[in-house]
Amino acid sequence: MKVFRIGRTAAVLSVAALALAACGSDNATNAAADTESSDSALTGTLSGAGASSQASAMDAWIAGFAKANPNASIQYSPDGSGAGREALLAGGVQFAGSDAYLKDEEVEASLGTCGPDGALHVPAYISPIAIAFNLDGVDELNLDADTIAGIFRGEISTWNDPAIASQNEGTELPATAITVVHRSDESGTTENFTEYLAAAAPDVWTTEASGEWPAELDGQENAQGTSGVVSAASSTDGAITYADASAVGSMGTVAVKVGDEYVAYTADAAAKAVEASTPVKGEGRPELDMAMELARDTTESGAYPVVLVSYHLYCTTYDSQETVDLIKAFGSYVVSEEGQAAASEAAGNAPMSAALQEQAAKAIESIKAAS
Amino acid sequence: MSSKSIQGTGGAGRAGDKVFSGITLLAGCLILTVLFAVAAFLLWQALPTFTASSDDISGGSGFLAYIFPLVIGTVIAAAIALLIATPVGIAVALFISHYAPRRLAQGLGYVVDLLAAIPSVVYGAWGMTVLAPALVGPYNWLADNAGWFPLFAGPASQTGKTMLTAGIVLSVMVLPIITSLSREIFLQTPKLHEEAALAMGATRWEMIRMAVFPFARPGIISAVMLGLGRALGETMAVALVLSSGGLIASLIRPGNQTIAAEIALNFPEAYGLRLSELIAAGLVLFVITLIVNVIARWIISRHKEFSGAN
Repeated sequence: MKVFRIGRTAAVLSVAALALAACGSDNATNAAADTESSDSALTGTLSGAGASSQASAMDAWIAGFAKANPNASIQYSPDGSGAGREALLAGGVQFAGSDAYLKDEEVEASLGTCGPDGALHVPAYISPIAIAFNLDGVDELNLDADTIAGIFRGEISTWNDPAIASQNEGTELPATAITVVHRSDESGTTENFTEYLAAAAPDVWTTEASGEWPAELDGQENAQGTSGVVSAASSTDGAITYADASAVGSMGTVAVKVGDEYVAYTADAAAKAVEASTPVKGEGRPELDMAMELARDTTESGAYPVVLVSYHLYCTTYDSQETVDLIKAFGSYVVSEEGQAAASEAAGNAPMSAALQEQAAKAIESIKAAS
Repeated sequence: MSSKSIQGTGGAGRAGDKVFSGITLLAGCLILTVLFAVAAFLLWQALPTFTASSDDISGGSGFLAYIFPLVIGTVIAAAIALLIATPVGIAVALFISHYAPRRLAQGLGYVVDLLAAIPSVVYGAWGMTVLAPALVGPYNWLADNAGWFPLFAGPASQTGKTMLTAGIVLSVMVLPIITSLSREIFLQTPKLHEEAALAMGATRWEMIRMAVFPFARPGIISAVMLGLGRALGETMAVALVLSSGGLIASLIRPGNQTIAAEIALNFPEAYGLRLSELIAAGLVLFVITLIVNVIARWIISRHKEFSGAN
């Protein structure tokens, strides 16, 4: 009896050992093949922090980068744009994500921690913001900036208001009351949307742009996060909201008046608006820096100016060559065709245009190690 | 032989006693340490808010002006929740303990306990997508017919995401706490008291009023206070359900905000002074909870001697 049992145990053990050995050798060959195929010698860890708007795109970039460089790893904590900029300037992280470019006083601080040329802005994540509404039987509306601002301020309160009707002849507009739904949490989407309103409709939108919805417009509906506003607006007849274009689902959207025509949101139109913007120049900003003042009031044909641009902030100079190699590899992957495609698949944003990609790659190439 | 063995176990028992009392003492000290550490952390992180000039605080007129509407909002939400959940919870507990057939009572008690295990995000999602849209009609009716009453002043919210909805969601979350605690207390009523009341010719309701309630009063109060603690601190459900805004009397219009939801909504993008401001708001919530608990203790100790529990 006992002998049998020992025999059985031995048999089980040996089978298990064989199986384990098989697994082990399998893994070994796989790993070898991986390193061979990518022939990447990059090792080390980069850590970044910043905007939560690009968090899901960042996940895609990190995954894509890890596939090509199995020995290097990137960490990103989506603590918010302000926290990311602060961490970069304090030297706590090697790169930051931010929905806004550095202010002049921050640029001054960057000269200390980021080398003699300061910090470098590279656009990485472009996302059109759709103005979406829930109105039975209406799929698209043409509106100019003044009307949009009036609606979101509550000054235009029904859908058949003459200001809306005059721009949409032929569309049957009901007398439903307009319910504005805005974000209840602080967000880059709100900041970019109000920036557009303040720039394109300065007579109506008299509040300064900010990540928080203006407190003076108290008493409007709001909800948490992109999913929150979309869900609240889709279940309310006559609601209007603004959200990442990828998230608006089946709601109707607004074509925004730019120049003399109405432009609906598309990835191309958003990229066009970014190209039409003017670079920010100033004391302490590196020559190849790509921080830009978005032309919200552009009249360029076919550009959709309600767009969110999130940057990656790098130092122009790092202490070690190893970090520089990692930063360059990661940075150029992000702005490459492949990286932008991966991000737009994961986050539904607009990929950068070829010209912009080229410019960004050139900017990243200029990063160097301190000698 | 036998006396020796008795002594032996006695000695081991004394040692066990010492170890056990040591462990309980440690646990007691630990809870105090944790409480103290939390308070110290909040105070330390909130300090910049109290020293900052009032222009830099959100709203531009100082921390008190910032926190006051939030405190009121928190209290309103918790009050609505308790106003609904307390009578319902006690009624359900009474039904389970004194009215329902035994088999039904067991099943019902189990279901109520299950309610407590549902995560608050689920309650929030339910409130946002199901309850709020369903309440739009009743709110419109209230605004039309009871609009003269400040609490129901129109125009009603068209998404249904209001303070009243948040309060109702909170009441559902608080219900299982009040119900299961009250049920346990009701079941502990001395059988002799109950039977004496019945023998005197009392009906079942009179028996409950004369024997069960006086005995259970401190228990009910602790149950309500535990529920209040949950209602005051609930974050996700309120953040998801409520259309926040400035202080407003009407419960069916968008407006008002609770401290916990304000922190949850703004924390992810906050840094610097704003972060410290939110932590200061957390400190205020901490203090409110502490005060509520002290008051509850005081009420319970005042009623103890009449309860018959001793």
